[in-house]
Amino acid sequence: MSYDRAITVFSPDGHLFQVEYAMEAVKRGSAVVGVRGADSVVLGVERKAVAQLQDARTIRKIAKLDENLTIAFAGFTADARVLIEKARIEAQSYRLTCEDAPSIDYMARHIAKTQQSYTQRGGVRPFGVSSMISGFNADKSPQLYLTDPAGTYSAWKANAIGGRNEKAVQEFLEKNWTASLAEADAIRLTVKALLEVVDSGSKNMELAVSRYGQPVRILKEEELEVIIADIEREIEEAKKEAAGASAAAGTSMEI
Amino acid sequence: QESGLKIRYPLSHTKTMAFATMDLSFLSDPGVFAKGQHAEDDDARGDLQMARSIDIQSFPLAPVSSPYTFCEDVRKHGNAPGLMDFKHGTTTLGFVFKHGIIIAVDSRASMGSYIGSQTVKKVIEINSFLLGTMAGGAADCSFWERHLARLCRMHELRTKERISVAAASKLLANIFFQYKGQGLSCGTMVAGWDKKGPSLYMVDDSGERFKGERFSVGSGSPFAYGVLDSAYDRNMSVEDAVELGRR
Repeated sequence: MSYDRAITVFSPDGHLFQVEYAMEAVKRGSAVVGVRGADSVVLGVERKAVAQLQDARTIRKIAKLDENLTIAFAGFTADARVLIEKARIEAQSYRLTCEDAPSIDYMARHIAKTQQSYTQRGGVRPFGVSSMISGFNADKSPQLYLTDPAGTYSAWKANAIGGRNEKAVQEFLEKNWTASLAEADAIRLTVKALLEVVDSGSKNMELAVSRYGQPVRILKEEELEVIIADIEREIEEAKKEAAGASAAAGTSMEI
Repeated sequence: QESGLKIRYPLSHTKTMAFATMDLSFLSDPGVFAKGQHAEDDDARGDLQMARSIDIQSFPLAPVSSPYTFCEDVRKHGNAPGLMDFKHGTTTLGFVFKHGIIIAVDSRASMGSYIGSQTVKKVIEINSFLLGTMAGGAADCSFWERHLARLCRMHELRTKERISVAAASKLLANIFFQYKGQGLSCGTMVAGWDKKGPSLYMVDDSGERFKGERFSVGSGSPFAYGVLDSAYDRNMSVEDAVELGRR
């Protein structure tokens, strides 16, 4: 008896298969990395190679939800479009009713609630989207939220979704994230993390940097090239040093 | 519903031209009003939607052919003279000054020339930092402000943050706008402290909402404005402010 037909049905061992399949769909999406710094949040996305005739500028994986609220998603683009539209409407509705900007927690919760409601109704399927939302709290502290197709949401210091190897990037971030990163360091960490699964080159990634009270800044290609070149040079030098050290160790061993 | 504010227009804004025979037979069986609490279907709605759209189906309207013009029709029909003559025998006032907000209300409830009570509480504590005043229909004011208190508490639980005075007054104003033209009678002031400091809003049954420094609502308001305007000073002390309110 297959338990993945109607999504409202639990399997005997407590799985909602449709939801888990949705998460698989997310893994097939292109990578997104988010890093929270001391006073900034960086979102980096993988830009998959486009067909020759396609206009690459029309593919935007980073979207603006509201002033100071940015979202990047991994998974089905079409589902994400619908979800983002709902979120934008909710943000404006909140502004109309409460005469104030919605907090990032409110927006993340709303998106998560929407995703959850599509796992508990007949005739619909879950959104095949995980999203990363960057923004700031009222006390100006930076914040990064993650939502998934099951409808859970939580705040993170750094995380990665989608891409060839989600786990590897997450482990990289765990090893290398430190508290109180300056903006430039947060950017470097994001790029390094993306380079784990993305081919090098500024045309393969896009970075968005948020600071409190300022519009989100998408890094220009030239800027990105400089950073990537710098990082690669660093990696080269580290390799040379390691090779040199092992050679020295080798010679000492012989004696 | 995903769309924003649900706007409802009464069927006819202007007075009915000819009034059909009013079928008041529903009065013989008041049980029809017993069902229909505020059905709270939280699953299907979001935070804002729950607050915004009180499902009219669950709030019993008069089961006549045109509930929107019920009050007008009863008044015109002459079946029950004086029934719909809500008296606004109240004076409430509030003003913002350097140290905060003073709210002053009288405590009489009247029905025509009959004095219902001399000890009515016309100030409602919506929560420990929000106050609402009542002028107009006592039941309308008291019900909706207590409903507002419930909405404010839900907001606090959901967002782990106190609701702002602007948002609280807006919730109330939106409710009144939804019932616009259906005979609610309520002039209230919502006053309180939030992150932006002390604020005072005047909200009334037509859905109007004003932010201001000095308001007076009720039949005694012209007199109150006179006294207030003559002696108000933003920097007065707490004692002076209390004295002004009392006057």
